[in-house]
Amino acid sequence: MKTIHTQTNSVSSNGMISGTPSGMPVIELTKLTKKYGEHIAVDRLDLNIAKGEIFGLLGPNGAGKTTTILMMLGLTEPTDGQAKICGHDPAREALQVKRKVGYLPDDVGFYEDRTALDNLVYTARLNGLPQSESTERAFSLLERTGLAASAGKKVGAFSRGMRQRLGLADVLIKNPEVIILDEPTLGIDPEGVRELLELISSLSRDEGLTVLLSSHHLHQVQQICDRVGLFVKGRLIAAGDIPSLSKALNEDGLIQIEVGTAHWTDQLVHRLSELEGVQTISRNNEILTVVCDRDLTPKIAEIVIGEEAELTYLRRKEYGLDDIYHRYFEREG
Amino acid sequence: MTINWLQIKQKIEVLFNNVSTGPAQAREPGSSSSFWVMVKKEIGDHIRSWRFGILIGIIILACVGSIYSAVTAIRDGTLDKTGNGESFLFLRMFTLTSSSLAVPSFATFLSWLGPLLGIALGFDAVNSERNKGTLGRLLSQPIYRDDFIIAKFISSLFLIFIVVFSLGFLVMGLSLLTIGYPPSPEEFCRIVLFLVIAVIYIGFWLNLSILFSIRFRQAATSALSSIAVWLFFTIFYGMIIGMINSATAVSSTQPDPAAQLRQMNLILTLNRLSPTELFSETITTMLSPGIRTLGPLTMDQLVGAIASPLPLGQSVILVWPQLTGLIAATIICFGISYALFMRQEIRARA
Repeated sequence: MKTIHTQTNSVSSNGMISGTPSGMPVIELTKLTKKYGEHIAVDRLDLNIAKGEIFGLLGPNGAGKTTTILMMLGLTEPTDGQAKICGHDPAREALQVKRKVGYLPDDVGFYEDRTALDNLVYTARLNGLPQSESTERAFSLLERTGLAASAGKKVGAFSRGMRQRLGLADVLIKNPEVIILDEPTLGIDPEGVRELLELISSLSRDEGLTVLLSSHHLHQVQQICDRVGLFVKGRLIAAGDIPSLSKALNEDGLIQIEVGTAHWTDQLVHRLSELEGVQTISRNNEILTVVCDRDLTPKIAEIVIGEEAELTYLRRKEYGLDDIYHRYFEREG
Repeated sequence: MTINWLQIKQKIEVLFNNVSTGPAQAREPGSSSSFWVMVKKEIGDHIRSWRFGILIGIIILACVGSIYSAVTAIRDGTLDKTGNGESFLFLRMFTLTSSSLAVPSFATFLSWLGPLLGIALGFDAVNSERNKGTLGRLLSQPIYRDDFIIAKFISSLFLIFIVVFSLGFLVMGLSLLTIGYPPSPEEFCRIVLFLVIAVIYIGFWLNLSILFSIRFRQAATSALSSIAVWLFFTIFYGMIIGMINSATAVSSTQPDPAAQLRQMNLILTLNRLSPTELFSETITTMLSPGIRTLGPLTMDQLVGAIASPLPLGQSVILVWPQLTGLIAATIICFGISYALFMRQEIRARA
């Protein structure tokens, strides 16, 4: 398992799991609710997303992520509550919102018998750009998304990854302030995912775009998001950057250290358990997990090397998104 | 008092705001340009599609066939037997059929194939976009939702207009060549009106199929529903009316003209619920100036009438109710589609 890497540049990591970042919110959801008959798809959702932030909306299938996104765009009406995108209410001023927000649906469709260029130019024209400028922008975006060579090809012949990249170009052609990506990495091969995510994060960095990304792939979200929100059964059960979520989970303040050696001897285990601050020790084949109330990593290393037991692995365990996810699910039942 | 007034004013404003939720907001300048972009794209899509090409092929064949049939009929001398058609020879090109050839007239062809053209252009207008996932992408662009369906409707109607008028003028041109007898201004006006009515009629079927394409997620379901409605009105509705007619028939030996008239009017009213019937009544009146009434006529009313064709204005007055009915049916269909579509949730692929 690799160590957690998060960017906390624009967001103050105050350790709170409240979901209120600093700076002016671009997306403001207050008590947003959507009911389908008796079923509550989104339950009183409160969420603020600041300008320039990459926010990951995480949750299992059917958690209400897409419904939330549709309400933000005015593509479906909220039962209750309000959304404000760039200061506009999508239920009333859908047009202003749509002018500023680019939306990439999870399974984006194009006119298959038209070329990539045609599709992009059409979107640009619908956004009120004149013909010549549309073509220019379309070409530059195809260049940027690495599709310049396929500009004249019909979209019907595109692979899944190419479509997704074309989708991104399509979203960007209107020069949006906010982009909303619904499961952008679904069904793309790992290399394609890496490229797409790199593209998204570079866009956010270079052009100050606010990005809302929904996904159920924890690792991908972890790679690029400033903050994540965990969304389960229509409710946002936690929001914050990954270190603070991890800290909040680890309320008892215990640290887990995993040690691996080539040969475990009873004496070694005994010596480790004798250390001051060690609470429990459990062994699973090569790997020994030491739970302690302070950081004993250097001491453990010292002892293992002192015993000449060939230290093969040593890691202070931190909560990754996987663990966060699981822990929250356990708690939510 | 002043406070009261203020409160009332506020309440009214709140009410107004609630009313203007959604699509009823004020139009912004510049939204019309994206509307025409959509219309243009739709027309382009239709023209490039195979479906449109095939339909046009069929209709052109039918049109040539009907002219041939009409010309044959004129050569055979069918015309002389009907007598009063002499003064409107040119119009006969649209209605005449040869007794020796089993090819119907142009008007009949249009009333048969027109609905098919309308259905073919509309049955997958909305659901194919939905299934391809382009609807969500399109509606997340700054366009009004109603612009989307209006663009779908206008572009198809425009094509229908082009097709119907070019065919109509083609028939006129070919008739000129074959019979060498030019139309009078009145005949020309009658033909143009006939073509306009045909466009409205086909527009009705277009709207109906767009309605089904919004209602049904599968293109096949919507196509089948539209065709079912079309078959019902062209074939079964007549049969049902016939059954009702024979069931309610008043004995002709019974000397009660009032009862007979009542029964006749009932059947006529039932008949006129069908758009097909409305269309055929309208076009026969337009193309045959000899028709003086579309309902029952008593001997009393005929006394003193001079047997002459009606002038154009009178013919139009005669079919005005039918025409209104046709337009109303079209608008009702469009209204339902509009209401359905505005409230619908747009998922990427649902």
